[in-house]
Amino acid sequence: MDYGAGNIQSVYNILLAITPDVTVSNKLNDIKLATHIILPGVGAFGVAMDKIRNKIPLAILEDEIFQNKKPFLGICVGMQVLATKGYEFGEHEGLGWIPGSVKKVNADSLPLPHVGWNNINILRESPLLKGLDDKQDFYFVHSYKLVADNESDIVAKTQYGENFNSIVSRDNIFGVQFHPEKSQKAGRLLLENFLKLQVESR
Amino acid sequence: MKKKRLIPILLLKNGWLVQSKEFCRYQNLGNPVAAVKRLSQWASDELIYLDISKDETYDLRRDDQGYQNRHSFIDIIKDVSTVAFMPITVGGRIRTLKHIKDLLSAGADKVSINSKALADKKFITEAAKEFGSQCVVVSIDVKIVNGEYKVFSNGGLVSTDYTPVEWASIAESYGAGEILLNSIDRDGMKNGYDINLLENVAEKVNIPVIACGGVGAWSHFAEALDKTSVDAVAAANIFHYSDQSVYYAKKYLYEKNYNVRAPDILSVN
Repeated sequence: MDYGAGNIQSVYNILLAITPDVTVSNKLNDIKLATHIILPGVGAFGVAMDKIRNKIPLAILEDEIFQNKKPFLGICVGMQVLATKGYEFGEHEGLGWIPGSVKKVNADSLPLPHVGWNNINILRESPLLKGLDDKQDFYFVHSYKLVADNESDIVAKTQYGENFNSIVSRDNIFGVQFHPEKSQKAGRLLLENFLKLQVESR
Repeated sequence: MKKKRLIPILLLKNGWLVQSKEFCRYQNLGNPVAAVKRLSQWASDELIYLDISKDETYDLRRDDQGYQNRHSFIDIIKDVSTVAFMPITVGGRIRTLKHIKDLLSAGADKVSINSKALADKKFITEAAKEFGSQCVVVSIDVKIVNGEYKVFSNGGLVSTDYTPVEWASIAESYGAGEILLNSIDRDGMKNGYDINLLENVAEKVNIPVIACGGVGAWSHFAEALDKTSVDAVAAANIFHYSDQSVYYAKKYLYEKNYNVRAPDILSVN
């Protein structure tokens, strides 16, 4: 999804290394034609949500995801905006696709932002993680986390001062707090797994 | 657990990668894209790419090495991003939000700001609000003057009144996401990091500090990880002259049980 988020070039680059069939767009027709939809993102929650509302035809996108069950992946802030509410620079409404809220990571005495390679701890199976080990390192850069209301939406957690959610999913909707496009072998495998999901699979 | 990062730094001067000594002597190394591809294959944790050109002239001087000649920094970063499957911080003469936006669109993940931040602290806040703090690295160049650490701007040419601890704290309070801390005295000298400088700053701020300047042996990385609370250790020159240098640096640290990612070699595509 193209909505004016900063760095989509690197997401585009790695997807292109996997398949030639990649389009960066916010056009209605492309959303309808897509087999898989990815929402990248960097920056603050409120700014991202404003841009998403202004640039993306949300009603159409929601149709494709909830009616047509197309696999959807949110990356970093693209995952955070799946929550109901965000609390970065004030309170903001999110997409609400995964009930929960976005709050600052309670890093204790550790520096914030949380920048660098950290491992995930897998709580439940997910098709995204096929072929990936528990304790796999991914690249993170963020200060906020998604707190999910329902335990069942949590796939993996990561320890940094506290145990925050690093992968969430509900039905055909997935979110990762780290950057798979920057996570070398493991990140590429996760994206390949995502692209292998069929429309009706969970 | 989060791993400590090992970060190669590439310096670009008018289109060529160079090696630097004390911020004033430069030796040509070669094509700005080919080196990035290698570092990506050696599974670098990140890459810092700094433009130290004094003017806007970019010329790779040849296009016969499988890479096209380019005449702007943005175009070079676009090329770099297609071969760098790792996070990239880009810096050098950044003065406007538009410039940051263009660099991010070209494929940078973070930007490093130095002189502009010293000239206008609010610029740090503006950049953080627009792109997020995680995107804003404030780079600090330090030199010892009459026995005291002082922050320098404009590529080490202009002295300021700040001590590094003062300036790092201010940068943090204005919204910086990371500090890239470089010792001008140690630059290219191969005699190890300025450990006191690193620890003074790292213990004062609560954002990640990236150590830079002086690495001449893998053991210098270990020394900084042992004696300071820096979040990342970076170096430039040492990574240039041996094959798979990043792999071997990581292997050195990993086998000594430092908290780093396991060494790896990637084949991209």
